[in-house]
Amino acid sequence: MTSFLQYTVFGVILGAGFAIAATGLVVTYTTSGVFNFAQGAVGMIAAFSYWELVVGHHVPVLVALVVILLVGAPVAGAVVERVFMRRLHGATSERPIMVTLGLTVILTGVATIVWPPSNQYQLAPIVSGTFRLVGINLQYQQLLTIGIAVVLVVALRFLFYSTRTGVGLRAVVDDPGLLAMAGASPNVMSQYGWILGFVMAALAGVLLALTQEQSGISITAMTLLVVNGYAAAVVGRLKSIPVTFVAAIGIGLAEEYIIYYALPHVSQSLSSDITLALPMVFLFVALVTLPSVRLRAAGRLTTARVPRVPGGRESLIGGAVFVAVAAVFAAVFATTAVNSVPMLQLGGDTMTLGMVALSLVLLIGYAGQVSLCQFSFMGIGAFLMGKVAGGGSLLGLLAAAGVCALLGALVALPTIRLRDLYFALATFAFADAVDQGFFGDARVYGGPGVNVGRIVLPGLSFGGDKSEFLLVTVFFVLTALLVLAIRRSLFGRRLVAMNDSPAAYATIGLDLGFTKVAVFAIAAAMAGVAGGLYATVNQTVGTSDFEFFSGIIFVLFVTVWSVRTVSGAFLAALTYVLLTTFWQTGLGLVAGAGIILIGRAASGILGIEWLVTTFRMPWVRRRDDAGAPAAGGGSPAIGGEARVAG
Amino acid sequence: MTEPVPVPSLPPPLPGDRPPGIQVRGVHAAYGRIEVLHGVDLTVAAGSVFALLGPNGGGKSTLLKVIGGQLRPTRGSVTIGDQPVGRRSVERLARTGLCSIPEGRGVFPNLTVRENLRMWTYRGHLSMRTVEERTYAAFPRLSERRKQLAGSMSGGEQQMLAISRALVTDPSVLLLDELSMGLAPLIVGELYELVAGLSGQGMTILLVEQFVSAALAVADRAAILVHGRIEQEGEPHRMAEAALGAYLSG
Repeated sequence: MTSFLQYTVFGVILGAGFAIAATGLVVTYTTSGVFNFAQGAVGMIAAFSYWELVVGHHVPVLVALVVILLVGAPVAGAVVERVFMRRLHGATSERPIMVTLGLTVILTGVATIVWPPSNQYQLAPIVSGTFRLVGINLQYQQLLTIGIAVVLVVALRFLFYSTRTGVGLRAVVDDPGLLAMAGASPNVMSQYGWILGFVMAALAGVLLALTQEQSGISITAMTLLVVNGYAAAVVGRLKSIPVTFVAAIGIGLAEEYIIYYALPHVSQSLSSDITLALPMVFLFVALVTLPSVRLRAAGRLTTARVPRVPGGRESLIGGAVFVAVAAVFAAVFATTAVNSVPMLQLGGDTMTLGMVALSLVLLIGYAGQVSLCQFSFMGIGAFLMGKVAGGGSLLGLLAAAGVCALLGALVALPTIRLRDLYFALATFAFADAVDQGFFGDARVYGGPGVNVGRIVLPGLSFGGDKSEFLLVTVFFVLTALLVLAIRRSLFGRRLVAMNDSPAAYATIGLDLGFTKVAVFAIAAAMAGVAGGLYATVNQTVGTSDFEFFSGIIFVLFVTVWSVRTVSGAFLAALTYVLLTTFWQTGLGLVAGAGIILIGRAASGILGIEWLVTTFRMPWVRRRDDAGAPAAGGGSPAIGGEARVAG
Repeated sequence: MTEPVPVPSLPPPLPGDRPPGIQVRGVHAAYGRIEVLHGVDLTVAAGSVFALLGPNGGGKSTLLKVIGGQLRPTRGSVTIGDQPVGRRSVERLARTGLCSIPEGRGVFPNLTVRENLRMWTYRGHLSMRTVEERTYAAFPRLSERRKQLAGSMSGGEQQMLAISRALVTDPSVLLLDELSMGLAPLIVGELYELVAGLSGQGMTILLVEQFVSAALAVADRAAILVHGRIEQEGEPHRMAEAALGAYLSG
């Protein structure tokens, strides 16, 4: 009985930490309509700043807290709102997701430079000492966390429902134009919202950092600690602070009970995987059990121009030219190496990652489904390629396609009802769970990784770098032709229609569920095959090849170039490969430059009007008739993009 | 069964505090590269009700947006009283007495009725109590719905809530866009009775309307806007037939 009480108290303490993180997410979403994926990264920066001030420069704790919570966080929040977020109001759902993910990448990149991960960062509790409660030793620090969580919930509830400013903060998400007509400045309100969100994130960061007393704080762990709060925030529908609080406590309790009652009955190595993956499992369960989300009726942005889809003959000619250029490249650089990596291996990586990017074109570009787990399918594909039929076999490639398609369908099935952000969150949860529980497991990839070897097709040998490179180039071209053929087909038009208006799609009798599952399964299979081929290009693959964060950075690159075109997919893969080879630390910084671009150009670099017209890029020609923004809408006071009325 | 809408007793206008008139001079406006207004001239006399009629796509709502500061004209100017609208922000115009009620329910759908009313207090020095008293006196039904989300109410109730902003915030200029949209004729009639009451309180009102008879019944003057140009302007009784012609040809 004592132990049950003990676990309950620990569960409440854990839940209070989740509650603080989750409340911050709800505050930002309530006041901006944006789910801030960077909430954890902001908290991480706050935690490290706290360490820098208190441990590095011996600043008194109270002064450090004032500097971080009342100066640093508000200023950062105001700047981020002004630079990145203001123009996102009313944008398609993928843009805020990409911008906040980009912000996460920038902040973690900066933190890696300022606070090298090789060093140790230990923090002492703000209040020291322990006391006994029902026979359990507890720290005053833990009591402080619970106290702050409770005070925050009460104070925020009061702010949002009982004060004019609080109601105004909610009103600005509803209709900024109308708020201006009522006499309040939507921009100022929006700025207040982001300031509040950043202060909450910083507070959560510092408090959660203090719970990492034994291990010390680390950039990745701190960034992902807030993820523990995602599930609670989702249960509160990103709206209700009290429900979020209760859910957070519930999740804290569930985690403690599972760890102490269930995990002792499973093997040691599996139990650590389960512990790591638990927050994501909770998030996934919360998402799929949510009441159904209402279908969005209409109201798509029309300023983003739709790229022209090349015809079948044009695609074939383009593909043939591409293969010919690749053959010349292979002949010229057959023996060249950069940074001791053969040039053709880099070329092969570009082609295979290009295939993953093409799967994103299909998913995000055409169907409007933001998937953050394509690297997971890629990793699974690579694993199967290494394990099936002794590795490097055609059977492995088929297995990669089949298993990933099946897995994709299984992930998509429970998430059919989910729209936009919730769907992205589900794929985020899946990617992280696969990373933690599968790739992270020593029995999957092991220390040295999985040996795959070169692909062996019946009667053909691809042992040489040149032939292997040409093979993956052909695969890339075939995938591109497939993606374009899908876009031109009836199924492709269904994808675009589903993206434009799910409600209209459903009302004309088309099956939303089937289309969603089908496109997700096809994209997963593409990523799986790409993973299999990637493994044969590199011959050995390891955990680091398919890291969760790398996957997110990759999605950002595709979005930055253009998530709607084949050329965008290729350029994204090329940029990613070049940067990882020559300037690994610059990945986050380049993604940062990209994020600013996304804020300005909805269709990525290849969608920038003057660039396309100045350089006359024939492959990204646009439809002349798709450009004119429709009259009769827009939000003039904030943002400023025209919308189709209704 | 629809309840009659009593016009609330508003405080009498201050002596010498005449509402301003609206002057629109050579206004051109565009959405991106598409020009919608091609040089519109319009004068709304101080304290009068002006009805802007015309077929869909004629530019009526766009003109209202230009006057309300929500859309900057590419050429031309708008003056309210002796103040040019120029680059003044929408919220500043609102605080100085301009009340715009946009097309399609000017309410915050995810806020309750009471929370919507709280937003009306941003204009002037109104207390929440005054706003609630005035609104519920005019629309007792809203009092029953005070804790309900505005977006979950009927179209008529939402329009009542939207127009309550004009009732309680004592604006000097009121811009009304398609008050009748999606409403039953009976409710439209009631709402226009209210508009007539407001004009009696000394308010300059510019309304855009497709429901020609309802608009002309309360208007002192009317104009027909077709393809971004004022086609005709005059007394309301002379405009009814012209409006019909414009709808049929436009």
